[in-house]
Amino acid sequence: MKALLLRDLALAVKAGGGFGLSLAFFLIVTVLIPFGVGPDTGILSEVASGVLWVGALLACLLSLDRIFQLDFEDGSLDLLVTAPLPLEGLVAVKAFAHWLTTGLPLTLMAPVLAVLLNLDPAGFPWLVVSLALGTPALSMIGTFGAALTVGLKRGGLLLSLLVLPLYVPTLIFGAETVRRAVDGFDTTTPLLMLAGITLGTIALLPFAAAAAIRINLR
Amino acid sequence: MELRVENLSCQRGGLTVLEGVSFALGPGEAVVLRGPNGIGKTTLLRTIAGLQPPVAGQVEAPEDCMAYAGHADGLKGPLTVTQNLSFWAQVYGVADIAPALELYALGPLVDRQAQDLSAGQKRRLGLARMMVTGRPIWILDEPTVSLDAANVALFGEMISGHLSAGGMALMATHIELGIEARTLDLAPYKAVAPAEETELDEAFL
Repeated sequence: MKALLLRDLALAVKAGGGFGLSLAFFLIVTVLIPFGVGPDTGILSEVASGVLWVGALLACLLSLDRIFQLDFEDGSLDLLVTAPLPLEGLVAVKAFAHWLTTGLPLTLMAPVLAVLLNLDPAGFPWLVVSLALGTPALSMIGTFGAALTVGLKRGGLLLSLLVLPLYVPTLIFGAETVRRAVDGFDTTTPLLMLAGITLGTIALLPFAAAAAIRINLR
Repeated sequence: MELRVENLSCQRGGLTVLEGVSFALGPGEAVVLRGPNGIGKTTLLRTIAGLQPPVAGQVEAPEDCMAYAGHADGLKGPLTVTQNLSFWAQVYGVADIAPALELYALGPLVDRQAQDLSAGQKRRLGLARMMVTGRPIWILDEPTVSLDAANVALFGEMISGHLSAGGMALMATHIELGIEARTLDLAPYKAVAPAEETELDEAFL
């Protein structure tokens, strides 16, 4: 398990890995929004929480099809499935590695980029907290989607279509947390919902993803 | 310990390709599968390795004793030879990768990235992986592809060594390896074309 995690992390940061891609995409989105929307700081701070969450979500989506596709193409997925690792554990480790290389850096970079969008200072800690709570769910749901489409050539399109609707609840409660913090309301309810979604996906989806891989390898 | 295959039928792409395959493999024995392309050698090996469920019949083997090597070597291009091999050694809980490196003369290549290796060198690394699994039953699909004559001989030696240590090997190959092995011709087991293609509407065929 640990060996697999270290291998995935090493592959992600080496050339051709997905590590820089998501971060660069997130950076580009948040830098470009002020150019598109205009320099009015009032409007920018109004949309900041939503834009940051949507940006993080799309950045996360970008690297999803690498989770299993590369292993499938070079044959190592067959070998991993026949190795003495429980497939559910393998899926969970893959999702964790994906989170460490996308969700975590996005969370850490979000407050820096929030400055560009003139997010209200009251929202900064809640932005980090909500992303830290919500991005594991994005990685886990994405891993499930990647497992469903693993045998398909150019499965990226289908993967995004499958995963996007599943991302909606996370997005709603994540962005809501930041918005409520900025408006000075209590953030407990959306945060609890966000935590519930994350814990639920982590508890259930490894099994669903493992079943999908078994079927796709037939 | 024994690998016993009884009356096995397996399917590929929704069609049954082989029916009623039965054989047994005891310690120190090897079986070589023969048959024309498309007869179902790979499908049979994948079914025995547990990558797909059999249509009928059963595969009896003690748990956690098979190691599978398919057409692809499962190497990661950006990682070095040592990193690739020691990853699998860690997965299988084997401490030492030195014997495998030595046997396949991979010593001078240890710090090369797998993507810089030639096809034959990649294959040697893929076969060296079998050494670090520590599993008694080896299931090998076309193991000698892209190996030169000298390395085919090396591979034959590795198999002989494995068998004399009480291991077993089940291979699909077209090449004479110079080892004592039973040959199993799959042609008699070819499934008769079904009258109608059933269950084609099943999801995830």
